[in-house]
Amino acid sequence: MELWFTEKHTENVHFSIRVEKQLCSVQSEFQRIDVFDSTEFGRFLTLDGLVMITEKDEFIYHDMIVHIPMATNPKIKNVLVIGAGDGGTIRELTRYQSIEQIDVAEIDEMVVTVCREHLPKTASRFSDPRVVLHFEDGLRYVRSKTEQYDLIIVDSTDPFGPGEGLFTKEFYGNCFKALRDDGILVNQHESPYYKDDVMSMKRAHQRIQSFFPNCRVYQAHIPTYPSGHWLFGFASKKYDPIKDLDADLWNSLGIKTKYYNTELHKGCFALPTYVNELLENTDDE
Amino acid sequence: MKTLMQENAPLYEALIKYKTKRVVPFDVPGHKQGRGNPELTEFLGKSCLNVDVNSMKPLDNLCHPVSVIREAEELAADAFNAQNAFFMVNGTSSSVQAMIMSACKQGDKIIMPRNVHRSAINALIISGAIPVYVNPGLNKELGIPLGMSIDDVKQAILQNPDAKAILVNNPTYYGICSNIKEIVRIAHEAGIMVLTDEAHGTHFYFGENLPLSAMQAGADMSAVSMHKTGGSLTQSSLLLLGKNVNPDYVRQIINLTQTTSASYLLMSSLDISRRNLALNGKEIFEKVTRFAEYTRREINKIGGFYAFSKELINTDTVFDFDVTKLSVHTREIGLAGIEVYDILRDDYGIQIEFGDIGNILAIISVGDRSLDLERLISSLSEIKRLYAQDPSGIFDHEYITPEIVSSPQKAFYSNKKSVPINSAKDAVSTEFVMCYPPGIPILAPGERITEEILTYIAFAKEKGCSLTGTEDLKIEKINIIDGNV
Repeated sequence: MELWFTEKHTENVHFSIRVEKQLCSVQSEFQRIDVFDSTEFGRFLTLDGLVMITEKDEFIYHDMIVHIPMATNPKIKNVLVIGAGDGGTIRELTRYQSIEQIDVAEIDEMVVTVCREHLPKTASRFSDPRVVLHFEDGLRYVRSKTEQYDLIIVDSTDPFGPGEGLFTKEFYGNCFKALRDDGILVNQHESPYYKDDVMSMKRAHQRIQSFFPNCRVYQAHIPTYPSGHWLFGFASKKYDPIKDLDADLWNSLGIKTKYYNTELHKGCFALPTYVNELLENTDDE
Repeated sequence: MKTLMQENAPLYEALIKYKTKRVVPFDVPGHKQGRGNPELTEFLGKSCLNVDVNSMKPLDNLCHPVSVIREAEELAADAFNAQNAFFMVNGTSSSVQAMIMSACKQGDKIIMPRNVHRSAINALIISGAIPVYVNPGLNKELGIPLGMSIDDVKQAILQNPDAKAILVNNPTYYGICSNIKEIVRIAHEAGIMVLTDEAHGTHFYFGENLPLSAMQAGADMSAVSMHKTGGSLTQSSLLLLGKNVNPDYVRQIINLTQTTSASYLLMSSLDISRRNLALNGKEIFEKVTRFAEYTRREINKIGGFYAFSKELINTDTVFDFDVTKLSVHTREIGLAGIEVYDILRDDYGIQIEFGDIGNILAIISVGDRSLDLERLISSLSEIKRLYAQDPSGIFDHEYITPEIVSSPQKAFYSNKKSVPINSAKDAVSTEFVMCYPPGIPILAPGERITEEILTYIAFAKEKGCSLTGTEDLKIEKINIIDGNV
């Protein structure tokens, strides 16, 4: 018997992982949640049939969404994470002793319940006393906050379905308002490769740029995401992620990582030419 | 004969049956189930084109219904607590016109508030009926017209005992209801028919804790926009009759202007929507009410915006309020409603129903999702943060009492000349000027063009309202009565 999980990366491209066993399949108020075991990628979580994390490559995503802003401003104390029900981003954040509070706005409590049961590798630090879980719409949560956070991490699903509101102009504007003067916004920024992802990516970039003076995009290689080439957005009212990197300070913290290092930090902002061109021409979206 | 239940949808069922028979069409329409127009079929879908058919025996005929359309209309009448119901395929405008033309002949008087939809005044142009306007109440703070006060209605009837009908908005675009039950009582006592424009009131028939519906209140006729809050296709509508109206005469009136090729897409959408509302309407409008109340609370938390509701009720000109309407007063943040409407569309990708000088209106319906409501609320919060300004520059008048010089029909057909709108002061207009939506005339045929009206039109134009009504599409010129009235 062969059992395969297949995700449509586009109408014409399939990505399949051979499955050993399905561990969980539930329908929440917002989405379908599945967990599988596989030989190649270990245990993995899908939402509405799209791969969110696998045990084998989640470190890349979580390293890059957390350590880039933290190395740029190691004084960060108050963090808001939007989404992140799998817990990986929270796990990385809790490694910083200097962080005082981590608010998490996750719309779907069932994702957290499922991950706590089946994905202990990422969902290991929800019980950290600094973590406060808010099960509500991220757009709603951030609306009432003003100059309260040093860092907002948008660890969202794709811009179709429950995560739709997290790619909108009103969301980025409300994030700007919720950040302090030296605040940083980091978001998962979709991919520059397939056409539909490109549209989402360009729109997100254009919208973030309309609020933040410093906007940069960086990349990572994530094998299980469409095209494997994934982008993140870095936006700040004050910091430049390269000029303001304090490599010595970060290295002195002794945080051991598998993907991130301070040399990669500088390098990941160097983008392929076609990606630079896409980001320069966002007006047509 | 079989008993039909609300679970049935006779017209829909007949169309399904027709599809399975694979009839060879040598009749119109010429696209022949879509085969003759592949691009259109690709765009709208084969299942849609397959049932875009012409009247035929198994599918009945709207002009003279004897089988499945008649049954579907009977079920609709039952669902709406009416004596008779007509499927209408030219919008609720056609329902409003059929009501007025059924009740009034040339020269008959009809009492109505001036804040009626243009379709009502159009019916006066066609029929030659004479309007007796009752000034609606006005909420000065919000700049919105309200319902009719009972005293004003009594006064109008006293002064015009020969009036044939009274027209009531139930509710207005903004969700405001007059005391329709009392109006029905007074009017019937005086032998006057009560017609209601329920273009925005379909849900009153199915939801709980909503204002009284016209049929429940004992009105004689009602125009119901199924497509607005009832879920049917755009342009489909219902005309409901109470018990003392001759349905066969009303059908004759409808047939004066109705197409003889009524669309089965529109009619089946009425049938299917009626079934859905009859079976699930209570839950649907409970959800809609919950959504609207939540959104209103959140918008009011932002500050500056005022999403108004039942606190407006004053037992007379605001006898009741439809809580499913999300009307938001914007003037306190220094933006005209139309400006907020434009920013929402252009910057945030959110299309709302309309914006006027002081307010916006969003329609909340069965199709909404929580995340979309969050987007609307958050966008308004951002618009306040980014655009709020001193409110003193905003015009603070909405309702202008018209000076009627001639009946709409007489003015419309009189000798006229076209003049630049700004030099038309004191002349009598022969045409409409209105913002669309909401489609309530600022100026109607036969009314004096005053300084106040010209100022209002100029302000609406400057703020970007979509003005319509005049022969001149640019609204730079206006037709006025040439010579003495």
